[in-house]
Amino acid sequence: MKNEWPLWEVFIRGQHGMSHRHVGSLHAPDADMAIKNARDVYTRRNEGVSIWVVEARHIAATAPGDKGPLFEPSESKVYRHPTFFDIPDEVGHM
Amino acid sequence: MYAQMIKTAHSGVHKREDMTPEERAFQDKIDNDIKIEPRDWMPDDYRATLIRQIGQHAHSEVVGQLPEGNWITRAPTLERKAILLAKVQDEAGHGLYLYSAAETLGESRDELVRLLHEGRMKYSSIFNYPTLNWADIGAVGWLVDGAAIVNQVALQRTSYGPYSRAMIRICKEESFHARQGYHAIMKMAFGTPEQKKQAQDAVNRLWFPAIMMFGPSDADSTHSEQSMAWKIKVKSNDELRQQFVDQTVPQIEYLGLDLPDPGIKWNEERGHYDFSDPDWSEFFDVIKGNGPCNVDRMKDRVTAWEDGAWVRDGLLAHAEKKAARKVAAE
Repeated sequence: MKNEWPLWEVFIRGQHGMSHRHVGSLHAPDADMAIKNARDVYTRRNEGVSIWVVEARHIAATAPGDKGPLFEPSESKVYRHPTFFDIPDEVGHM
Repeated sequence: MYAQMIKTAHSGVHKREDMTPEERAFQDKIDNDIKIEPRDWMPDDYRATLIRQIGQHAHSEVVGQLPEGNWITRAPTLERKAILLAKVQDEAGHGLYLYSAAETLGESRDELVRLLHEGRMKYSSIFNYPTLNWADIGAVGWLVDGAAIVNQVALQRTSYGPYSRAMIRICKEESFHARQGYHAIMKMAFGTPEQKKQAQDAVNRLWFPAIMMFGPSDADSTHSEQSMAWKIKVKSNDELRQQFVDQTVPQIEYLGLDLPDPGIKWNEERGHYDFSDPDWSEFFDVIKGNGPCNVDRMKDRVTAWEDGAWVRDGLLAHAEKKAARKVAAE
């Protein structure tokens, strides 16, 4: 167990101007190797212009069971969406 | 606009023949609409100008919460209160997106805040005007956010990737702001004569400050050229202002309100509305710190920062203690 390489999460910028998106993970002994491996595994078909790697243990995440309490309250706040407000067509796009 | 009178770090536009190979390659990317990203090489002046512009934009979002926050406890219905809260909450988020974009350029958020509090950075002139009655809240959402949208839609195409992406996210949320404002002022304009009078008064007072948001006219805007060449600015002040006037005049007319400027007239030849210049001496005076609310706004921001210090320090101390315990346990 002790000699296992750590897990890295891989983020790729698909094209210039876009943000990096999570594409998957891989094992590597250090950040340099993780980037090299990510390049080989995740960009073989020209999928990216930039790579970020982050060691998986550094990512803090929400618990799946917390989905309800975290995200349901926004369902009742429909007024946060522009379509909640009826704006007459005559005044143009708003 | 939300960023007004941003000085580029030098005068005039760099000529191609004077550029180093690095600068030339950088300019080529910009000319080809390729985004600049944090780790790309960039001229020092590009970085410095962007920090000033994005920082000022961020400060505007945060200070912009104050004139509206003023009315949260006095909104006329629970629904309007929830809507206004949601809008003010959005503004805090917009400030965060923008500070984060500025931080990718190597300036920390705390440093930007310090510069604001020392009076060495600005926020948009518009937030130095008071919100005197409920109609003002409608007019702010409709006119002030409306003007911001005109600028921000253009800035989605700005050359710096993190700024552009922040603008895209912000624009998606701003539509709610403008529409809730117009919706609120529609209720006033079509309400009792007193309500209609309040709506008219709000439009009259906020019209010129709103069109000042785009900054001085192009002829007097000495720092724009290099920013345009770098696509830090995408459209000129006058272009954006015209666009705002053209889209807003029919909206005022629909409300049955009088136009706030007798100079507004459709110009068939230009295909645009003519309008009067705002009083630019007032604009420069407000920028200098002499607007009706400058002192209050800064006082409120500095107080909030100082009163929050014990919370920031306490949470940091707690995090450090937890981290030390974890290390000790390992």
